[in-house]
Amino acid sequence: MSVLVWVEHNTGAIKDATLSAVTAAAKLGAVDVLVVGKDIGAVAVDAAKIAGVGKALCADDSAYHHILPENVAPLIVGLMVNYDAFVAPASANGKNIAPRVAALLDVMQISEILSVESADTFTRPTYAGNVIATVQSSDAKKVLTVRGTAFEKASRGGGTGSVEAAARVDDAGISRFVGAEISKSERPELTSAQIIVSGGRALQNSENFHSVLEPLADKLGAAIGASRAAVDAGYAPNDYQVGQTGKIVAPEVYFAIGISGAIQHLAGMKDSKTIIAINKDEDAPIFQVADIGLVGDLFTIVPELTEKL
Amino acid sequence: MRVIVPVKRVIDYNVKPRVKADGTGVDLANVKMSINPFDEIAVEEAVRLKENGVATEVVAVSVGPAKAQETLRTALAMGADRAILVETDEEVEPLGVAKLLAKIATEEAPGLIILGKQAIDDDSNQTGQMLAALLGWAQGTFASKVEVSGDIVNVTREVDGGLETVSLNLPAIVTTDLRLNEPRYASLPNIMKAKAKPLARKTPADFSVDISPRLRTIKVSEPPSRPAGIKVADVDELVTKLKEMGAAA
Repeated sequence: MSVLVWVEHNTGAIKDATLSAVTAAAKLGAVDVLVVGKDIGAVAVDAAKIAGVGKALCADDSAYHHILPENVAPLIVGLMVNYDAFVAPASANGKNIAPRVAALLDVMQISEILSVESADTFTRPTYAGNVIATVQSSDAKKVLTVRGTAFEKASRGGGTGSVEAAARVDDAGISRFVGAEISKSERPELTSAQIIVSGGRALQNSENFHSVLEPLADKLGAAIGASRAAVDAGYAPNDYQVGQTGKIVAPEVYFAIGISGAIQHLAGMKDSKTIIAINKDEDAPIFQVADIGLVGDLFTIVPELTEKL
Repeated sequence: MRVIVPVKRVIDYNVKPRVKADGTGVDLANVKMSINPFDEIAVEEAVRLKENGVATEVVAVSVGPAKAQETLRTALAMGADRAILVETDEEVEPLGVAKLLAKIATEEAPGLIILGKQAIDDDSNQTGQMLAALLGWAQGTFASKVEVSGDIVNVTREVDGGLETVSLNLPAIVTTDLRLNEPRYASLPNIMKAKAKPLARKTPADFSVDISPRLRTIKVSEPPSRPAGIKVADVDELVTKLKEMGAAA
């Protein structure tokens, strides 16, 4: 089986989610990767070095600059003549593009796979991760998105793939990029961080959210996350959200601070290796998944913890 | 401009699903069912577009069992004008739903179709994108802001690193994220009024599209549960534990 894998990148660097997708794809067959964007020649060279990659197809064109799905999906559909499966990380781009590709191929996509059981059978989470379904596809071609936390990352080096320009598809002309507000942070990225300090509604306001959590995160070199409640209340930006519909994370250590632990939040972090919960409500559901719980006032505990670590 | 809002009847978001003992599916007998929360946000957005004079009519559509009429009545009580139920007891996959919706879109000629970004039961996050593909329309997924101006819709999207805004030609597809709006509670008079609003009942056969499933669910199971943890008394003990585990230097 031949597999085409979507490369998630920020024009400069390849995101870790790509490496997990390559590992998942390698269980199906020979892997080529697709790099889409503008001025991405260097990214394609890096992508060809990922262990196990045969070649990196490079679609470098102004029509692909902002990864508009209306332009990118026809490109992928055209390339899929030569492939049996399309695999994308379950990133915002992957989720945006893969179903559009699947429908154009008349294929039912399998979202956020957790494992590859065989060439046509996969496991995937449903009901906010409370139910794991094993599904078998009867489609001739497969379209999959991959949950990054469920697969090891392929090595960024050691591959000897070639780089090849992909055929260009014209701009569909029905959508345009207007602008973006991308958070700039010196901290590690949430989905690849070793340690995450995450805050909930108990932080009370945006000021507290930052003044209480940031010193701890700085000390630990951690990323900062948030519950939906904290994001909805405006304490933290949307890209901090961990949960069923936010980011799915599985760090070595996850600090849940002032987070009650709604199932939608647990869905995004319960595969973390160690979970530390700090909450003043001893009956909070977060304590049911925490390895270590501390009941008390986060406003005294967190500064003390920061001090003593 | 007409706006179509597809809605799905799903397990209520507060209910923890239970896997049937034989592993064939999730036990939905006597479980509270509700409108999918993301679809509720979609209905709210469509109704606001009508209230702002942008939309002229809001049509709610559901593909599902007879009981999905309740879900459609919820949408009508929130302010949708009429509803279409495509009635089937079979589980229809996102690709099948998208094909049915594409047929309905061809008949109804909406300017905008607003869908929830995902259903909280199958968590697929596919239907809107698939529908956009089948219709050849632009898509603004995971929307946190929707502004229609003339024959363009500007959609601000929640993406991995923050927010992104795209400008789409109408007709277009929008899928909703959590922060697009806060859905209203339907008032009692509106709930009563909704009962009199038109609800057309159709079947998949009326649309002559192939919605046979492509995926077979071999089994479902609950994920392994985490072993019980411990509670510590104070910060000193927490620090000690963290150091023991190598989680802190």
